[in-house]
Amino acid sequence: MTELLYIALFILASYSFMVNKGRAASLGKFNTLHSQPYYHGLYSSILTFLPAIILLIFWSSIQNIMTNLSIRDFFVDVSDPGLIKFYIDSVINYSNGVSSKIIEHDGFMPAVEKYSSLTYTSTILKVIVVTGLSIILLRASIKVVTVDFKARDYVESMFTTLMKFSSVIAIFVTIGIVLSLLFETLRFFATVNVFDFLFGLHWSPQTAIRADQVGSSGSFGAIPVFLGTILISIIAMLVAVPIGMYSAIYLSQYASETVRTYAKPIIEILAGIPTVVYGFFAVITVAPFFRDLGDKISPGTLSGESAIIAGSVMGIMIIPFITSLTDDAMNAVPSSLKEGSLAMGATVSETTKQVIIPASFHGIVASFLLAFSRAIGETMIVVMAAGFAANLTLNPFESVTTVTVQIVGLLTGDQEFDSAKTLSAFALAFVLFFLTLILNIIALNMVKKYREQYE
Amino acid sequence: MNNLNKRNKAEKRFKLYGISAVIIAITFLFVLLFNIFSSGASAFKASYIGVKIEIPSAMNIDEINSRKEFKRQVLKMFPEVETRSDKRALLSLFSKGAIYEFEDLLEQSDSNGLDGYYWFLAHGDLDMYIKGTVERRGNEAGRINSKRMTFVDALREQNLIQLQANKYLLSSADSREPEMAGIRGAIVGSLYAILIAFIVSFPLGVLSALYMEKLASRNKFSDIIETNINNLAAVPSIVFGLLGLAIFLNFFSLPRSAPLVGGLTLAVMTLPTIVIASRSAIKSVPPSIEEASIGLGASKIQTLMNFTLPLAMPGIMTGTIIGIARALGETAPLLMIGMVAFVVDVPGTPLDPSTALPVQIFLWADSPERAFVERTSAAIMVLLLFLVLLNLAAIYIRNKLERKW
Amino acid sequence: MSEKLKISIKNLNVFYAEKQALFDINLNIMEREVTSLIGPSGCGKSTLLKCLNRMNDLIDICTMDGQVMIDGANINTPDQDPVLLRSKVGMVFQKPNPFPKSIYDNVAYGPRLHGMAQSKDELDSMVIKSLTRAGLYDEVKNRLFEAGTGLSGGQQQRLCIARALAVNPEIILMDEPCSALDPIATAKIEELIEELKRKYTIVIVTHSMQQAARVSDRTAYMHMGELIESGFTKNIFSNPQHQKTQDYITGRIG
Repeated sequence: MTELLYIALFILASYSFMVNKGRAASLGKFNTLHSQPYYHGLYSSILTFLPAIILLIFWSSIQNIMTNLSIRDFFVDVSDPGLIKFYIDSVINYSNGVSSKIIEHDGFMPAVEKYSSLTYTSTILKVIVVTGLSIILLRASIKVVTVDFKARDYVESMFTTLMKFSSVIAIFVTIGIVLSLLFETLRFFATVNVFDFLFGLHWSPQTAIRADQVGSSGSFGAIPVFLGTILISIIAMLVAVPIGMYSAIYLSQYASETVRTYAKPIIEILAGIPTVVYGFFAVITVAPFFRDLGDKISPGTLSGESAIIAGSVMGIMIIPFITSLTDDAMNAVPSSLKEGSLAMGATVSETTKQVIIPASFHGIVASFLLAFSRAIGETMIVVMAAGFAANLTLNPFESVTTVTVQIVGLLTGDQEFDSAKTLSAFALAFVLFFLTLILNIIALNMVKKYREQYE
Repeated sequence: MNNLNKRNKAEKRFKLYGISAVIIAITFLFVLLFNIFSSGASAFKASYIGVKIEIPSAMNIDEINSRKEFKRQVLKMFPEVETRSDKRALLSLFSKGAIYEFEDLLEQSDSNGLDGYYWFLAHGDLDMYIKGTVERRGNEAGRINSKRMTFVDALREQNLIQLQANKYLLSSADSREPEMAGIRGAIVGSLYAILIAFIVSFPLGVLSALYMEKLASRNKFSDIIETNINNLAAVPSIVFGLLGLAIFLNFFSLPRSAPLVGGLTLAVMTLPTIVIASRSAIKSVPPSIEEASIGLGASKIQTLMNFTLPLAMPGIMTGTIIGIARALGETAPLLMIGMVAFVVDVPGTPLDPSTALPVQIFLWADSPERAFVERTSAAIMVLLLFLVLLNLAAIYIRNKLERKW
Repeated sequence: MSEKLKISIKNLNVFYAEKQALFDINLNIMEREVTSLIGPSGCGKSTLLKCLNRMNDLIDICTMDGQVMIDGANINTPDQDPVLLRSKVGMVFQKPNPFPKSIYDNVAYGPRLHGMAQSKDELDSMVIKSLTRAGLYDEVKNRLFEAGTGLSGGQQQRLCIARALAVNPEIILMDEPCSALDPIATAKIEELIEELKRKYTIVIVTHSMQQAARVSDRTAYMHMGELIESGFTKNIFSNPQHQKTQDYITGRIG
């Protein structure tokens, strides 16, 4: 029914386009018109289509919410919100013929009836109102076709509004992220003290899994998780910084044009490989490698989930972030500075260390910050290669966990939505979001600084 | 001059560090790729067992119980086998899929009867042994115990175990049996998801880039939008997954595990990339062209549509393809919106539960069965192939269509 | 020479944000004459030119007050549609800027935009007429559908003129049209200007005094955003009234 309505609106819009274009064209010589016939047609079809479609979408979502609310009344005796949602979904699926499963609950069949009749009336009403609106606007738009009518101006201002709306979407996304994280985080802090979360030394959300224990004995001290994240990220940086920096130095100061054109894109491939591939590589190749190495020193020292495994693979992944940005920063240094130093008899390495690096310092630090931010937000490598148990340690050969591992662990698989356990994932994500945001803002400011310096 | 010597040595050392760093980085890449390719190549072949099938043409195939008939035909090859446990051991060398293959064979025979050797899919355990992934220790190899091994040896002697092209890997969805598991479902799920991501993020991204670059006046508000977009580009992907979970699943009640939701989530994630790329492409269109158009009496919007957008399009496309390629390889946000389910059907619409290619890789990598290791690598090879194709398209557009001013 | 007033600029002030670019300009421009604006670079002559078809609207920070009357109607009012204005006042830019399209499409762009041709034949004849007027038709008639960007610099500039002519303007503004061209191409453009003034009112900004002397009937000399002196070209060059004008034409400011 609704699909037919969409098609009907589309046909009405095309019809109004043809009609108005034709009427405008017949109004006389083309160049006496303010707007070309095409714009008259466009104006009319937008007027016929847009308000009706907005109404239709709005109506449909309101209808969904209203029917959901009204069938909720049949299950007032159910206390578990997750179960209610399940019942409601079953009622909807049953009514729509998606499934034939009947829930054993007194309210089920009455709810199905209520839902069907509500949906039916609402849909009929919807069809009448929406087509009505569309036809009224169509007739109105045909009347306004005159020589002086500024159809183009109207069409263009509608288009401009659309463009404005698109650019505001990005802000909505940010607000959406902040609100959705904040909302759940606040609910989490209603059961767990903020300071216990931020400064507590013991993290074991799993103990809170049973309903009768919620919030009572699960411990949500996130320090071990934060420390694990930082430990793995630092290991990654220890791998990536020297390799990335020296690569950038070589590429920008020594390499011939040919080497540059090939080597830089090849290194950048490392950043294009999906992280799940790195995770697999860590488990299949790197973990056994380190385990064998550990066994040679003393058997059993290294588990397959040691921080060093995930950290070093993550390091490989972030090499190109450092190489690329550092290389750009070094290339932005005016060649006159480099030539000046070389002309005084300095070697290339001395020039690099004493002139180029200080001059591109902001860019280099920015690349480190961005790479670090990338490392702490990286998920798949650690989910696959690091542990889930939160050990409070800085020993790279022991297993640690990270913020992202916890988020994935807590939110995948079976979950009740309101338990402190699931909510804690949002609190962790909130911390992660802000940490990466701050790192990024600082880094972007630094990039801006070095750009301004040499432009 | 001792000093100069020292300095020259330091110089050489420094340069050496640089070269080594580049070589190490490139080596990592090749080790990674070599590892994947060498372990994944074998998954494109699978072990098949030859069975002599004899069904007279007089027989009505509709009346045949294919399961029993298949057993009978197999046991016929080893008439000496009598005990139940021996029979079970023999039949356990076949995959469950062999029965389906047998049914298809009967179907195709069109009641004309069958006579000759036909090939049926072997069990994953046998496959591992044939490919040499599991080594033979005496009369056993991995899960092939000595009882099963006698049949394996007998079959091999008659050359009735062969590696043939793996029909399942690319044509079926996930399965509990590694030898029957494929990535078709995951590929379709991924395609749906990135298609939706493209449909949503491309127009939004291009329109907002046009607006920001050409129409918005420089003020606080446009600065906020700009900083906002730059920062969104660096938000960890998993946070977008949480956004999808909270907004699309919990608020709008869209179906869990559906490529639609995955696509929307990836769209939000890709949007900043597209906006940033589009802006720089739009910026590179020379203003003299736009001035000329406006000087002829075109309105601002007409100028944007007639010149700015078409001229910036190659650059916009390049950026979009790169953004979409990133979305295609993304796993973490999809985990958050439940695209990790075990799904045995190829999704028919974007609303059906599905996995995506990278998620399938994650699931298989997590699987304890050894036979899944090579399939994981094979799935990675397919994913990388898609990424290479997308990037080649981007490079092609950049080199051939992008205009230098 | 007719003595009909075409453009009349009264008390025009232009600002770029806080900075004033033009100070109280008053100038009359006669129909079917060539008026040239000369003066040292940065004196505001291009800004003044752009006021005549409101190209300054494109710059956010640019504001103006005062009047610019074309045929007795003020163009600086909100209800004046800049799009209509610009189809009446064509413009040729400093650097040839043909669209990255074929020669034909370059010229046809304007007529298509304004719906001036009812049929393909009509459009064809408009394109040919404009190219002929711009003195380019004979050179390009065999390659009308090749890219306009493939022409030589001088040809490109004449293509831009043809493009401007195709919308049937009454006034043509030229912003240093020859500054990117060699002497031979420049000579051709100047010949063309001589030809075009029979039908159009032309305002040309130039940094070359010789050019102003060669092509224009009247000349206005500007300095630091002020109009110093205007009048018949021969008078300005032979008998300038102001010291600054004399300094400029004798090469003391430049």
